[in-house]
Amino acid sequence: MPAKTEVILTEKKINRALTRIAHEILEQNPDAKSRVVIGIITRGAYLARRIAAIIEELEGVEIPVGLMDIGLYRDDVHSKLDQPVVERTEILFDVVNRNVILIDDVLFTGRTVRAALDQIVDFGRPRTIQLAVLIDRGHRELPIKADYVGVNIPTAKEDQVILHVTERDEIDQVLIQKGKGAKPGAGRGKKGGNG
Amino acid sequence: MANKKYDLVIADGRIIDPALGFGKDAYIFIKDGLIQKVVTPTAAVKKEVKNLDRSQVIDATGKLVVPGLIDIHVHLREPGREDAETIESGCQAAAAGGFTSVCCMPNTTPRIDNQETVKFVQDRAKDCDARVYVVGAVTKNLEGKELSEIGDLVKIGAVAISDDGKYPQNPEIMRRGLEYAKMFGIPVMQHAEDQYLCAGGVMNESFQSTRLGLKGAPAVAEEIAVLRDIALCRFTGARLHIQHVSTRQAVAAIRKAKAEGVNVTAEATPHHLVLTDEEIGKEFNTNLRVNPPIRTTDDRDAVIEGLVDGTIDCIASDHAPHSEEDKDCEFDLAPAGMIGLETTLALVKTYLIDKGYLSWADAIRKMTANPARILSLPGGSLAEGSPADITIIDQDKKWTVKADKFRSKSKNSPFIGWKMKGQVYKTLLGGRVVFEQ
Amino acid sequence: MSRLHSRHLLGLENVPEADISLILKTTNSFREVIDRTIKKVPTLRGITVLNLFYEPSTRTRISFELAEKRLSADTVNFTTSTSSVKKGESLRDTVQNIEAMKIDMVVVRHSSPGAPYYLTRCMDANIINAGDGAHEHPTQALLDMYTIWKKYGRLDGLRIVLVGDVKHSRVIRSNIWGLKTMGASVALCGPSTLLPYEVEKFGCDVYTDIDEALDGADVVNVMRIQLERQQSGLFPSQREYTNLFGINKQRLKLLNKNFTIMHPGPMNRGVEITSEVADSGNSVILEQVTNGQAVRMAVLYLLSGRKEEEG
Repeated sequence: MPAKTEVILTEKKINRALTRIAHEILEQNPDAKSRVVIGIITRGAYLARRIAAIIEELEGVEIPVGLMDIGLYRDDVHSKLDQPVVERTEILFDVVNRNVILIDDVLFTGRTVRAALDQIVDFGRPRTIQLAVLIDRGHRELPIKADYVGVNIPTAKEDQVILHVTERDEIDQVLIQKGKGAKPGAGRGKKGGNG
Repeated sequence: MANKKYDLVIADGRIIDPALGFGKDAYIFIKDGLIQKVVTPTAAVKKEVKNLDRSQVIDATGKLVVPGLIDIHVHLREPGREDAETIESGCQAAAAGGFTSVCCMPNTTPRIDNQETVKFVQDRAKDCDARVYVVGAVTKNLEGKELSEIGDLVKIGAVAISDDGKYPQNPEIMRRGLEYAKMFGIPVMQHAEDQYLCAGGVMNESFQSTRLGLKGAPAVAEEIAVLRDIALCRFTGARLHIQHVSTRQAVAAIRKAKAEGVNVTAEATPHHLVLTDEEIGKEFNTNLRVNPPIRTTDDRDAVIEGLVDGTIDCIASDHAPHSEEDKDCEFDLAPAGMIGLETTLALVKTYLIDKGYLSWADAIRKMTANPARILSLPGGSLAEGSPADITIIDQDKKWTVKADKFRSKSKNSPFIGWKMKGQVYKTLLGGRVVFEQ
Repeated sequence: MSRLHSRHLLGLENVPEADISLILKTTNSFREVIDRTIKKVPTLRGITVLNLFYEPSTRTRISFELAEKRLSADTVNFTTSTSSVKKGESLRDTVQNIEAMKIDMVVVRHSSPGAPYYLTRCMDANIINAGDGAHEHPTQALLDMYTIWKKYGRLDGLRIVLVGDVKHSRVIRSNIWGLKTMGASVALCGPSTLLPYEVEKFGCDVYTDIDEALDGADVVNVMRIQLERQQSGLFPSQREYTNLFGINKQRLKLLNKNFTIMHPGPMNRGVEITSEVADSGNSVILEQVTNGQAVRMAVLYLLSGRKEEEG
C-alpha cells in the first residue's frame, strides 16, 4: 500500500518560521561576537545558512556558520546494515566560550541532538548550546527540548516528516508521509532517521 | 555352493582391452583368481550363467569392463607418515579409483633406498586391496650424491628407481644412475625440475605468480632438466621415464627425442591435464600447491596434445597425501602434493574423453597396457589366464567429489566439490571384489 | 547509505570503483577529524581490533593503532616473527585463540601472500590486509591515491609512475589495481631483474629507462629498494641502482608542471631518492603519512560491524 503523502508546510510558512527563529535568537543572544550557528548535515546545514543570512540582513553583521556531520557520534553505528556516509564536518571557528546555536530540521527522538552535543563538546567548551529546529514532531526518547521551534506538528511515530529545500530538491516544502507504508529514512536528508 | 566350475562371472559388460580389442560385449569367467575365459554372449553362455548362483554373477549390463588400472606414480607415505596414508589405506583408495596396481615412490621415512625398507613395504602390502610395486631410490637418502645399492633393490623386487620429489642436480650422478640401472633393465623415473631455477617456487612462474606475489617456479626449470636427461639417456643408451610432464617445451623435447629414437617414456597427471594456475588466485587453496606446479592454459593444452599424439605414454596420479594439519596453513608454507587415486578416472572421463581428446580405448591403454609396458609389470590385459584384476566402470554416472567419501586417509584434493561424470562401479583384484559402489 | 561490497579489505584487485570512491570520500571526512584539537571520535566504541603483525613494521602498525584509537576502538597488538610461529602453533590456532577473546576486527601483516584470505576462513572477524608478502598492501595504495586525489581533485587521466622493485612490492601491486580502476594511467619502472614475469599483463606501460618513464608524468611514487635484493644477485650494486633509477633533481625536469613526488617510506636517502627531491616543495611524503591515518580510519569505519550473512 503506497504511503499517503501531504504537504504540511509551504515555502511561505517555512520562511516565516525561520524569520521568527532568527528574531528569537537575536533576542536571546545580543552579543554579536559570541554567537555562532552550527547546522547538522544534511538538511540542518541548509537551514543554518538561511538563518545566518536572515540574521545578517537584520543586524548587518556576519554570524559564523559551522556544518556538522554527526555520523561518527551516532549510537547505532554497529546495529545498521549499512554505514552512513560520513560528510566532512566544517567548524572553522573556535567554539570555546561562544553561544552555539545548533540547528536541525526535525526534532524527533532527540538522538541526533544528543550526538551533536557530544561532538560539539569535543571541539571545546561553549558558554551555552542552544537548539533551534524547524519542526518538533514529538516522540522524544531522550530528555531534550528545543529552545527555538518553528512549528509543532503532532505525528504518529511511524510517520515520516520530510523537508525539501530548493538547494537540493528545487522546492521548499515540508511533507508528511502517513502510516506503515513509510519506510524509515525514506526520502529524508538525514541518514537513517536518527531523529 | 551351486556351480564350482567358476567362482565369478562378469556378465554383459562391454570389454575395453588394449590387447583383446575394443567395445565388445562379453562374459568374463573367473576361477581361482584368474580369468578363465572371455566369451561373446551366445544363447548357450547366457543359459549357463542363468543357472549360476546369483552371488556368483556381477551384472555389468551397460558398464565398461577394463583391465585393472595401473598407476605408476603414487606416494603411500608408509613408513614414516602413517597419519597421512598407510599402505593399506592407499590401496583402498586405489581400489576405489579402479586401480589394481600401484608403484610407490621411495620418499618415505626412512627412504626406500635399501632392501629392508623394500621388504617392509612388500610385507605391508600383502592382503591389501591393490598390488604394490616398489620404486627404489636412485641415490642414498635421495640426496643426489651417492648411488643406492640398486642391484640389491632390484633383486628384492624394485621395478624402477627414482629420486622423485628431488632432481639429482649433478649430471655426473644422473649419468651413473642411468648407466647402472641399464644393467638391470629398469628405467630411471625422473622428477625433472632444475633445483636452482625453481628454488623457493611455490607455483608456476607466470602472470598469475606475478599477480599474487607468490614465488614462481619457471617452466624453463622443467625444460632444462628434461633436455639434460634426454641427452644423458641418448648418451648412455639407458631407459628414462619422465614423470609428471607439465610444460609445452618439455612435451616438445620428449616428442623430438622419441622421433630420434631415444629410449624415453613419459607420464602426465590428471591435475596437469585439467587445471591451470589461474585457479590458485581464487582462494589460495593449498591443495593446489604441487610440484611441478599447475601451469598455464597453453602448457596444459600442450600436455593434452602430447598425451593424444603418444608423446606422453601414460596417465599417473602422483597421489601425494598430506595430512589436514600440514595443508591447513598459508599457501607458501604448505607441502606440495595432492591426492589423485580416487579422482583420476573421473577426470579422464570428464575432461579428456567427454571433451573429445581421447577415446575410451586410448584412455584405458594409457592407464593399463602402457604403464605396464614401461615398468614391465604384469597385468594391463584381460587375456585368458591372467590374474583377474578387473575394473568395472559406470561411464555415465554423475557424482560430486566429497572429502568425507575418500578412502585415502588424506583429503588434500583440489577437486572437492567438482561435478564428475564416470565412476568406478566395482574393482576386482585377483578375482576378489575389493571395491564396490 | 552506502556500503562496501566486501566485509573485508584483502586487496584492491577486483574492488569496484564505487567502493574506492566511497573510501576516498570517507577518508576526506576523517582527514578533518585528525586536525581537530580532540582528535578522537566515539564511533568504534565497544569494537576490539587486533593488530596481528607477523612481520616487523613500525609505521604501518602505529598508523593503524592511532587510527583505531582515534575511533575509540579497543586495540590489542600481537607481534611475532614468522620463524617463531613456525616452531610453535599454527596461524589457525593463534587466530582462533585470539578470536575466543572476542575480537571484532583484525589488521594483519604476514609474509605469506594470501594469509589474510586464509584468516577469513579461520575466523568471523573483519579482516584488513596490512601487507601480505609481495601480494597486496591496500591501505598504503589507498592513502597514495587519496593524497593524489586531494592534490589534483581527480585520479583519472593522471600519469603515475611507480619506480623500484616491482617484483617484490605489494605497494606497487595494490597501486596498480586501484589506480587503474580509478582511470589513471600507470607506468612501472625498475631494473629488468626486478620486473616480474609477464609484468606487461598488468596493462601498464613498463620501462627500464627511468628518463623515458618520467617523461610527461604527473606523479612519481618511489619505492624503497631493499639491500638484500642486491645480495641475492638481482642487481649488481646500490651505486649502479642509484645511477640508473635514482630520482634526482635533474630527472624532475622531465615531469609535467605541478608534479608530485611520493614515497611510502622508509626512505633510503641518496639511494632511490635524493634528499633534495624528498624534501622539495613537490614532495608530499609527510602528507602521505598523515593521510594514512585518515584512510585507515575510513576503512575501519566502513568495515566495522559488517557481519558474515551480508557477504
